[in-house]
Amino acid sequence: MDLALKPEHKAFADDVRAFARANLSPATKAKTFSGKHYDKDDHIQWQKALGRQGWLAYTWPKKYGGPGWDVTQRFLFENVLAEEGAPRIIPFGPKMVGPVIYTFGSDEQKERFLPGIRSSEVSWCQGYSEPGAGSDLASLRTKAVREGDHYIVNGQKTWTSFAHWGDWIFCLVRTSPEAKAQEGISFLLIDMKTPGVTVRPIVMLDGAHHVNDVFLDNVKVPVANRIGKEGEGWTCAKFLLANERLGIAEVPSSKRGVRSLRDIARAEPANGATLADDPAFTAQIADLDLQVQALEMSELRALSTMALGGAPGPEVSSLKIRGSEIQQRITELTMEAVGEYAAPYQPGMLFQDTNETPVGPDHAPPAAPRYFNFRKTSIYGGSNEIQKNIVSKMVLGL
Amino acid sequence: MDLAFTPEEQKFSDEVRAFVRANLATDIRDKVKNGKHLIRDDYMRWQQALGKQGWLVYTWPKKHGGPGFTPAERYIFENICAEEYAPGIIPFGTKMVGPVIYTFGNDEQKAKYLEPIRKSTVWWCQGYSEPGSGSDLASLRTKAEKQGDHYIVNGSKTWNTMGHWADWIFCLVRTDPKAKPQEGISFLLIDMKTPGITVKPIIMADGGHEVNEVFFDNVKVPLTNLIGKENEGWTCAKFLLANERLGIAAVPQSKRGVAALKDIARAEQDNGKPLIENQSFAEKIADLEIQVTALEYTELRVLSSMAHGGQPGPEVSGLKVRGSEIQQRITELTMEAVGEYAAPYLPGLLWQGSNEEPVGPAYAHLAAPRYFNTRKTTIYGGSNEIQKGIISKMVLGL
Amino acid sequence: MDLSLSDEQKQLQDAAERFVRDKYAFENRRKIAATEKGWLTENWAQMAELGWLGMAFSEEDGGYGGGPIETMIVMEQFGKGLVLEPFLPTVVLGGGMIAKAGSKAQKEALLPPMIEGKKQFAFAWLERQSRYNLADVSLKATKEGNGWSLSGHKGVVYNAPSADHIIVLARTSGSAREEKGLTLFVVDAKAKGITRRDYPTQDALRASELTFDKVSVGADAVLGKVDDAFGVVEDAVDHAIVALCAEATGCMDAINAATLEYIKTRKQFGVPIGKFQVLQHRMVDCFTNAQEARSMTLMASLKIDDKDSVVRRKAASGAKVQIGKSGKFCGQSAVQMHGGMGVTDELSVSHYFKRLTMIDLMFGNQQHHLTRYSNLAMAA
Repeated sequence: MDLALKPEHKAFADDVRAFARANLSPATKAKTFSGKHYDKDDHIQWQKALGRQGWLAYTWPKKYGGPGWDVTQRFLFENVLAEEGAPRIIPFGPKMVGPVIYTFGSDEQKERFLPGIRSSEVSWCQGYSEPGAGSDLASLRTKAVREGDHYIVNGQKTWTSFAHWGDWIFCLVRTSPEAKAQEGISFLLIDMKTPGVTVRPIVMLDGAHHVNDVFLDNVKVPVANRIGKEGEGWTCAKFLLANERLGIAEVPSSKRGVRSLRDIARAEPANGATLADDPAFTAQIADLDLQVQALEMSELRALSTMALGGAPGPEVSSLKIRGSEIQQRITELTMEAVGEYAAPYQPGMLFQDTNETPVGPDHAPPAAPRYFNFRKTSIYGGSNEIQKNIVSKMVLGL
Repeated sequence: MDLAFTPEEQKFSDEVRAFVRANLATDIRDKVKNGKHLIRDDYMRWQQALGKQGWLVYTWPKKHGGPGFTPAERYIFENICAEEYAPGIIPFGTKMVGPVIYTFGNDEQKAKYLEPIRKSTVWWCQGYSEPGSGSDLASLRTKAEKQGDHYIVNGSKTWNTMGHWADWIFCLVRTDPKAKPQEGISFLLIDMKTPGITVKPIIMADGGHEVNEVFFDNVKVPLTNLIGKENEGWTCAKFLLANERLGIAAVPQSKRGVAALKDIARAEQDNGKPLIENQSFAEKIADLEIQVTALEYTELRVLSSMAHGGQPGPEVSGLKVRGSEIQQRITELTMEAVGEYAAPYLPGLLWQGSNEEPVGPAYAHLAAPRYFNTRKTTIYGGSNEIQKGIISKMVLGL
Repeated sequence: MDLSLSDEQKQLQDAAERFVRDKYAFENRRKIAATEKGWLTENWAQMAELGWLGMAFSEEDGGYGGGPIETMIVMEQFGKGLVLEPFLPTVVLGGGMIAKAGSKAQKEALLPPMIEGKKQFAFAWLERQSRYNLADVSLKATKEGNGWSLSGHKGVVYNAPSADHIIVLARTSGSAREEKGLTLFVVDAKAKGITRRDYPTQDALRASELTFDKVSVGADAVLGKVDDAFGVVEDAVDHAIVALCAEATGCMDAINAATLEYIKTRKQFGVPIGKFQVLQHRMVDCFTNAQEARSMTLMASLKIDDKDSVVRRKAASGAKVQIGKSGKFCGQSAVQMHGGMGVTDELSVSHYFKRLTMIDLMFGNQQHHLTRYSNLAMAA
């Protein structure tokens, strides 16, 4: 057991840092530290740079074009990039559909889809939830009816992040309405340019547009776009959900968040000194800091199991629960640090590159919107109530 | 809308205070003030004094020999008794079986049982929970079989408070094993001296003995001891539970508890100053005091609506939930105030009233046992989970 | 002791409930929020006609002789509808300070028009460095002939874009954060030297940053005594806090009702999600929180005019702590139980959540008032 880094790992971390400094655009980096929204270019430029380096699909094995890193390298990579202010990698291609394709797809499918994901030439989005199928995903009703060598897909997907930027969408669809809920589902890849696909924005409570409704109206999808066997899409879905839950703890960005929070506390005036001199407030940051450390150690323990060949088990669900609560707490304390200057609503400062000066300090405009927006973290990717049920059933045997 | 007492209420308040000061023995008052355990005789002396005054059954209507207090008078009476360190009135006779008897009993039963309750010449205890029936009370299995003009009772009751001091027990027993769980239950009064009854102490986490198991082995109980009709005992039980929940918030006791906590925080040292000058500890007390105030005003709102003819509804369950949490928090903070001197365990001082010198300040050895013991408040009288279930069903319609 | 409403108070409650039902259906509110000034002249006129703008003032001042209980009743209903008209800055804060500290001439000039709905106020106290310390004021007022000259900055001044008069808290003597040396001025909102930067707030109200550059006012602009405004301001803010608590109570009732309705109708796994015990207990905790909030608001409304200033201040801070705690719990829980729908702009739930959040930040959050309450309680 050893927490210290080996020399080769130190060299690796230095490489990653040098790469980030050379390739991450200063404008993008500035958005990270000021809490502004990224536009599509911020993400894609950065992801393409990672792709050229062979690092975008950093969790993939060598065999499928990944770097084949060990868990320590992955950990360092994520942490260094977060420290350097890189945007998080949009997971739908590299972390979600990519592993599904190389695990369940045919050789042809691997050849066709994996390169575009590794290079970020192709943007993916996810078609899972439906208006009537949220926590109860298996009750989904979007149906795909076989007609010759095509499926005809009809239905509606919702909460689709970045569908307005997406080239392709991976969907769970019902191919057999007679089968039991989880048995009649298939996993389908759909080109967003296919006629009959319509995207409608959903505006969030902070005024932002990240998520969408996606309507599928007689969309013709080649049978060759189905991953795995017909009716076995649920297997892909479960594999993907388990894969997703690990990274969703967002430890590196929470560590960055705690550091920013301390910076803000040092900058915020309070009673002639700064908020960093207020023990009641700094005690709350300290409490949060300890929560992040506990979460990081839990994640490291899970990674260490994986390094020895174990698979991430259902206890990963508790990482998601605590990770989301911590992300929310960071935004809550940041807003409290800003105080009444969190009240002005300044969408220009959040969504566009404007030159107007903010009302209050630079860190003020995103404070309340981020607090509002981050309520989603305990809802998406399987709500925390669902995660607790998973732990209760799969880990505790209740 | 007016917070001030009317002149009559003010006069009543003076009268109660004068009575308590004149009639509460100094040794009992001191025990209550110092958080020591009381013995049977302590309770009896105080309750008999109240009985002589006609105030022991202060919640009863005039018609059954109670004083017929208004809600405001009840509030005043409870608060002054607590402020003057009077022992809590043991509820089993006065607040539980008494009202059941005058509501559901026949004239003979009223004549026989009510007077000794009013005067505190008989000690009652409660036979509800069983080893297999806790939160799910209606699953109880102690059975009473009719034989001539008697029932023969067999079974066991548990969590029986102060049964080792009791003259009588009121029990829920199963008289029809074939009926649905709640329909075959009857409400029976049993003399504790009847052959076949055995009382076995249960020692609590703090080392104390206040609850028991009670075993019934072919216990012969006259049919005339049945309250209400056979198999309608559940009606009595529900009535009693609703009645119990109002006073269970224990607001006057909690106000006294917060005052005592402040005294301890003034006496305890922290970095060369009284602990109460430690901002973070003082704020914990302040937070608790605000919780008590919120609870008190919620109770006052209920009392006020009762004074205008309203009935306390199931929302009273909310008072029990918050009241019990607050009682726990008081003991938790008291233990925190005492610090490491809460560790020494001195059962002699705690239980037998020995004259040994305490380790640390006189209040220290009580702190941890009270904290451990008070965990019971969120469990007894229907656990808080059950209370929330009641509100969810009866108030929210879920 | 009696905590029930009188018949007149019940009528007031009914009228306010009716107003909210008629004017503040959620889609209506969205339209009002999107207008330029963010509230409706016709609604304000109706409030004047119903007597609400004058109900808490003495008959001597042209009002109807009510008090904090009447304010509580109306604000609670405003909270249920997320009402946008500037009742708090104009009536509770502005009107309250003028009634308390104004000269006869000031009262005559300002209160009757306010009560008739013809004048609005804004209260400018906060500065960039102030956080929640009401005495942390550096905007300077210096003697200039018979009058004064004001220079400095004020931030997040609610209703400044619509106000006819800005009531400005300025430093006339003393050092930073000293309670002595503060003076209130009633300044014409259009006075020369005032620059405004207007913006909406997270919860769709309107506010401004105000820069004062040698703004000249006469000696008659001073509200109350020179150098001695702190007590007046603290008292007015405590009254505003209690009114905000009542508004928050209304918000909590509404957001709880919406959530209860949602979990009874939204089906997953073949049943309404309200059948799951984990949501039932959370819903119960929401209702208990709202009950406690209502109790503390009532307590504070009954005590806010107490003769003893410690009682008054403790009441306001105690209630604000409760509202902060309960508001956060109800707001966050409502969003969570609504799932994805809770974080959209589409449903009312996110709008109540935002308002509850901003109420906590106004005039001192939960932690600030816990400290204040604690210090008052320990000193007593």
